[in-house]
Amino acid sequence: MNYIANVGLEVHVQLKTRTKIFCGCPTTFGAPPNTHVCPVCLGYPGAMPAMNAEAIRLTVLSGLMLGCQINPASKMDRKNYYYPDMPKNYQISQYDQPLCLGGGIEITLADGSKKKIGLTRIHIEEDVGKNMHFTASSGIDFNRAGTPLMEIVTEPDIASADEAMAFLEALKEILAYGGVSDVNLEEGNLRCDVNSSVRPAGQEKLGTKTELKNMNTFKGVHRALSYEIARQISELEKGGRIRQETRRWDDLAGVTLAMRSKEEAHDYRYFPEPDLLPIVLTQAQVTEWAKALPELPEKRRARMMSDYGIPEYDAGVLSADKALADYFEATATLVKNPKAASNWIMTTVMAKLTELHLTIGEVKITPAQLAKLINLVEAKTINLPTAKEIFELMFAQGGDAGEIVKAKGLAQVSDAGAIEKIVDEAIAANPKVVADYKGGKEASFKFLVGQVMKLSKGKANPALANELLKKKLG
Amino acid sequence: MSSLNQLTVTEATEKLAKRECSSEDIVRAVLAAIEKNDKQVGAYLTVDAESALAQAKEADVARARGETKPLLGIPVGMKDLLNVKGQPCTCASKILKGYVAPYDATVVAKLRVAGAVILGRLNMDEFAMGGSTENSAYQPTKNPWDLSRVPGGSSGGSAAAVAADEALATLGSDTGGSIRQPAGFCGCVGLKPTYGRVSRYGLTAFASSLDQIGPLTKTVKDSALLLSAISGRDAMDSTSLDAPVPDYAAQLGGDLKGLRLGLPKEYFIEGLDAEVEQKVRAAVAKCRELGAEIVDISLPHSKFAVAVYYIIATAEASANLARFDGVRYGLRVDGEDPIDQYGKTRAAGFGQEVKRRIILGTYVLSSGYHDAYYLRGQKVRTLIRRDFEAAFQHCDAILTPVAPSAAYKLGEQINDPLKMYLGDIFTIPVNLAGNCAINVPCGFTQEKLPVGLHIIGPALREDVILKVGHAYEQVTDWHKQKAAVSGQLSAIS
Repeated sequence: MNYIANVGLEVHVQLKTRTKIFCGCPTTFGAPPNTHVCPVCLGYPGAMPAMNAEAIRLTVLSGLMLGCQINPASKMDRKNYYYPDMPKNYQISQYDQPLCLGGGIEITLADGSKKKIGLTRIHIEEDVGKNMHFTASSGIDFNRAGTPLMEIVTEPDIASADEAMAFLEALKEILAYGGVSDVNLEEGNLRCDVNSSVRPAGQEKLGTKTELKNMNTFKGVHRALSYEIARQISELEKGGRIRQETRRWDDLAGVTLAMRSKEEAHDYRYFPEPDLLPIVLTQAQVTEWAKALPELPEKRRARMMSDYGIPEYDAGVLSADKALADYFEATATLVKNPKAASNWIMTTVMAKLTELHLTIGEVKITPAQLAKLINLVEAKTINLPTAKEIFELMFAQGGDAGEIVKAKGLAQVSDAGAIEKIVDEAIAANPKVVADYKGGKEASFKFLVGQVMKLSKGKANPALANELLKKKLG
Repeated sequence: MSSLNQLTVTEATEKLAKRECSSEDIVRAVLAAIEKNDKQVGAYLTVDAESALAQAKEADVARARGETKPLLGIPVGMKDLLNVKGQPCTCASKILKGYVAPYDATVVAKLRVAGAVILGRLNMDEFAMGGSTENSAYQPTKNPWDLSRVPGGSSGGSAAAVAADEALATLGSDTGGSIRQPAGFCGCVGLKPTYGRVSRYGLTAFASSLDQIGPLTKTVKDSALLLSAISGRDAMDSTSLDAPVPDYAAQLGGDLKGLRLGLPKEYFIEGLDAEVEQKVRAAVAKCRELGAEIVDISLPHSKFAVAVYYIIATAEASANLARFDGVRYGLRVDGEDPIDQYGKTRAAGFGQEVKRRIILGTYVLSSGYHDAYYLRGQKVRTLIRRDFEAAFQHCDAILTPVAPSAAYKLGEQINDPLKMYLGDIFTIPVNLAGNCAINVPCGFTQEKLPVGLHIIGPALREDVILKVGHAYEQVTDWHKQKAAVSGQLSAIS
């Protein structure tokens, strides 16, 4: 029998705010335990939350990028449950009036066709602390407690591990583009719960679902989901039934394991947070925020192809990272041949980034400086090998390509008279090689060109040197 | 001449300005009164005399430098749920034993800015849950007018300290009447500001949508002085109101001509003590003599207020008190695992009334009961608020008794929670509606127990209730009479 899988994701994304959601503590990662804490995020008696407006703005921006409706009247709620990493033993979250509703992301399937994965909602909430277990005791680091999160909930539209992966990649790209999150997986910026069920083809009603909690790598999601879908199908094939339960992915063993069943599920006793006012968003406010919206990757790819006449492959590579795409566009508008800018960035610049583990933002060469260098090559003022040499200099210390050329006397020599003198010198100094060439040894010609370049300190226009040498050797 | 601890804030400020005494003199007099009488009264849980004297000396130095601040050198006592940096803040609960506050509540910071001396931790019902201060995990507080009787609650320590002249003024908190009812029982002035008038930041929460901090004082003018000092918008409390803070004391004076005062027919009911009713009606007559027009009004949904209160307040409390788990501060009783530790810590740390309310609040929020209780409670709350809005179309303030009876005997009601809950029948609707209200002494029973007049005003019209209370106070001398305990002290000093 054929089975259809229905998967829904609950993705928790850390918002890129300077401070926590309800207090002034910094959100920077990696500080010593319990150094970024205060009475508010530690849940001390009498401390009260105050909403970080930036968390709301970033979530609304995300909603706009993901095609959601922005809820004009939203509120915060208390979600009650006891856990040591939760300072107040309730989490301030959103229950029935989230900030964003609906929306979706279009993903590209393996066969090239497109599929929309619908979103149910996006809400904001505070993160909890982190339990740490030592040999004889346990501790809690509350640095992360109160970090602003948005939870993006999808419809059960995802039908496979591949689709889940494609969705997460696309989501990550959009969120990074919007600057709403660093989406740094190593730092736990994006974690997700995976709800999955299977049903026989032809059956309308969704099967019983299981939930995989707190997955923090895309690869893990893919592996766990592949396993879980197969497990559920095999269970049904055997005539068994699926228990509604929370399961855990054991990455080493490569299996999912039951954690707790629905019967043991929490009653969160939600009620409106009395310490915070309802969130009211006017259309004018949302419109104002929307002005900061970036062009999304899909659209930008198409526009870059038509604006700069670069191939789809180039547009794809360059638009994958917003900062890189910005760098390319800033360079491309200043050069005569945008394809040359694309080549330079995709090969020379990106090779450097990979080699030195840098981001484009850390590169000293400005787009204007790179454009000048490219234009010097295009105008044949310098040749390509010289340009690469100058690029190295600029990369190390910045600076203007034109001035480096001048200072180092690197300008290409295209004066026929000057080159002719050098050609004569080369011929005079290498009678044996000249004789070999005349005797039919083609390779000797290349040697002579090399000598001309050497004598000119690499500045001779190679084409001209070739032409003159050929003429002289008749 | 009365001793310095018996001064009102206004009198003390004048004496200090004229250099007739120092702040240190006043604080020493208050400390002496505490030393002398508090073994009997039990108003204070702890007194940090050293810190109080150091603050007083600083105030005296500041005054010598020529500084003038509204409360410079005036000692103010704190209910034990207000966080004062470096001081204990137990909320009269065993579960917070050993906790030392790492920060100042906003009201404390504001009082410091106004020059006040922060003095002592005042007893209360555990986590402000109760109306007699008998629910304190540490000690009962006695009514200075009759030591066999309760001072009211939950701010019983705050009221008793003022009545016994063990403080010039104190701060309390009022969730369902916890400032006004003890002020009534102890014969002092107690004001519950409009919800949001005063920042709650640093007030250990009982029921967040109802709690307000307010002053307990010897006179209405003192109440006005303290209210101006502690009011105002605070970025740390999102529910605090962004409204200008008037100089309330400067606005006092004049008679009541042109004011309409409403008498809600639902508040003069069966079960209201006859003597209390008689004193309150006499006070109403006095207000009429002062020029006020007395009008009959109706607050029809007030009869549901106590029921609604015990749904909303307990629901919020069940979450607010969840943080007391022994993980980060306070009492910890070790268990086999975290859940076991929570159970053991909370079983040992909370008293019976607190447990009762946590269970009640957890129940009304539980899946399946949430709509029937919590949601319906919120709807009725809206109706109660609308009652007041409608009533204030016809009057400027409302007069009622503050409680159905005068102070009762210790132990008399502690085993009858329902009767205890009904003691707040006149004060609870005000918290549910978010209005302001004040208790002003309006006479004594034959047993020489204080009776309180409850004056309710519209939101942010503290100026109106203060004006009414002040005008009434000027033509009566109830507030000048001294409690038995304080009288003994003045005879000695």
